[in-house]
Amino acid sequence: MQRTAEQIEHDLLWPIFHTSRKYWIAVGLATSLVLAGVAAFGYQLYAGIGVWGINSPVFWAFDITNFVFWIGISHAGTLISAILRLCNATWRRPVTRCAEAITVFAILIGGMVPLCHIGRPWLAFWMIPYPNQRGIWPNFRSPLAWDFFAISTYLTGSCIFLYLPTIPDFASVRDAATGFRKKVYRALALGWQGTPRQWQRLEIAMHIMAIAIVPVAVSVHTIVSWDFSMTLVPMWHSSIFGPYFVVGAIFSGIAALILAMALLRKLLRLEEYLKPIHFNNLGKLLLTMSLLWFYFTFAERMTAWYGNTPSEMAVFWVSIRQHFAPLFWIMVFCNFIIPMPILASKRLRTVTGTAIASCFIVVGMWIERFLIIVPALDHKFLSYSWGTYRPTWVEDTLMAASFGAMALLYLLFTKFVPMVSVWEMKVGLQPHPGFPLPVPAEEQHHSLILEGPLPTDVAE
Amino acid sequence: MKVLYALYPGPDAAQDAVDSLRAAAADLKFDAKQIVIVSGEPHEGYEFTDSHTTSAPYRWAVLGGICGGTCGYLLTTISQKAYPLVTGGMSITPVWTNGIIVYEMTMLGAILTTLVTLLIGAGLPNFKGVITDPEIATGKILVGVVGPPESSQPELEKRLRQAGATQIKYASAPNS
Repeated sequence: MQRTAEQIEHDLLWPIFHTSRKYWIAVGLATSLVLAGVAAFGYQLYAGIGVWGINSPVFWAFDITNFVFWIGISHAGTLISAILRLCNATWRRPVTRCAEAITVFAILIGGMVPLCHIGRPWLAFWMIPYPNQRGIWPNFRSPLAWDFFAISTYLTGSCIFLYLPTIPDFASVRDAATGFRKKVYRALALGWQGTPRQWQRLEIAMHIMAIAIVPVAVSVHTIVSWDFSMTLVPMWHSSIFGPYFVVGAIFSGIAALILAMALLRKLLRLEEYLKPIHFNNLGKLLLTMSLLWFYFTFAERMTAWYGNTPSEMAVFWVSIRQHFAPLFWIMVFCNFIIPMPILASKRLRTVTGTAIASCFIVVGMWIERFLIIVPALDHKFLSYSWGTYRPTWVEDTLMAASFGAMALLYLLFTKFVPMVSVWEMKVGLQPHPGFPLPVPAEEQHHSLILEGPLPTDVAE
Repeated sequence: MKVLYALYPGPDAAQDAVDSLRAAAADLKFDAKQIVIVSGEPHEGYEFTDSHTTSAPYRWAVLGGICGGTCGYLLTTISQKAYPLVTGGMSITPVWTNGIIVYEMTMLGAILTTLVTLLIGAGLPNFKGVITDPEIATGKILVGVVGPPESSQPELEKRLRQAGATQIKYASAPNS
């Protein structure tokens, strides 16, 4: 049933003014994970980074896996939202805010991982490029410096991309709120009124942002891939890594978005807005990305196998047949074999079906990141330098905490911002220029005449 | 100063009201700029919204991008020459890697300029107060005149009613 503007306003602002018990339980669970992570990080600061399982030759492991994974997840939002906005896909309206919020929080979490890794996070400002008396100048040839620029640009752009269309909704909350809350939203709404000039400028700004953010999003994950492919480590030094990482990022990002939407519609009573059709459409996208992921994984491995370079084959076989084989095949099952039948079948491409497939994909993509990094490092060139890696409880806890932090930030965000754009949903009530309103019953006999062959002059 | 306004259920009626007010502006001794329109969502395809269309933000975004890219170029090349690292015979200012920084800063420049252009163009932030009505949340469109002359108010009310308003309201203007 078509909802009225009043109902939309009521439904979408409801979660801001009311909190369910389920919500508090979810916040409690996420907070406990974050607190565990804070404790583990405190222990790491006290005892030193030696409490991690990393050692020669594997200096990058869980932390960089988490970094790549979360930056990949961040592709869910801004990129997908921007593409859908540019295509003027009207079904995007309830989805975009959920997606854009994922981006901002995933980048924040991804950006915190290198801070943990450097061991002395209070010296992180050394990365910032400014002339200094220490004689240390950031090396612009280093992929890590590129990361700094790319991720900070993407974070800035994503925050703006999230904030701009939220301004009118902040104004809606301002008008509905009282007391201190009204003051907060008055500040957030920046005095938005809703004049035609303001709407026009907002739409133009969103259009420009959508155009600008797509290449930035693609560049970010390409640059993250260059952290690896600019080195001469076997299986890393590959020109396919850029698109391979971007495809993987979009793949995991869509899966995370579906999971977040499935949870939100239950927690925030958004069933009338996040409908099965949205999961169906995103499920189709996920299916496409699953096929693309398989293609890139196959192409990457196939090239290495055909080249038959001893150093690459060592990594190739250790990940497929030997030490890491269980993880490799779990990855293939999670990313391709299990999701394919679910997503390919229209009957199974439901809210539950796509959420189950997404769960597997999120797990599979985390494993994929791990398998890109660790086997290559511990079987690098000469066999005397080979080693093994096992994560410690500190790394496990930090990884779990990163998921908890994502959930917590997202849940808190839902208490302050309508998770479905109120004004965009109201725009959806307006008749589309290409699809006029249904013809009233008393006028239908006129339209029936037009259902026959067109008159010659019209057909011409 | 006060605002005289009416609420309309749809953009067609709002357009009629705006046209009627504009036509009468000179006779009723107020400026067309005093006409205020407020809605809870954008309405495309109507003269009262499309008259604000402009391509200036696009040009500003391009200019911002050029400025950002120039800053990126200067940041990399000047610093690399000022603090030369040992490169083993390779270029001190490599185009390929510097290009990445230049690219990111170009996009950052365009993004930040877009934000600034929006804020200036939309008159934000504006903490002096806003003209609003609770019924806007229900999809109604507010059309009115800020600071209408006392002598013209009956005629303005009549015109707003003729366009389909059922109720005329008065409120104090935010800047008064």
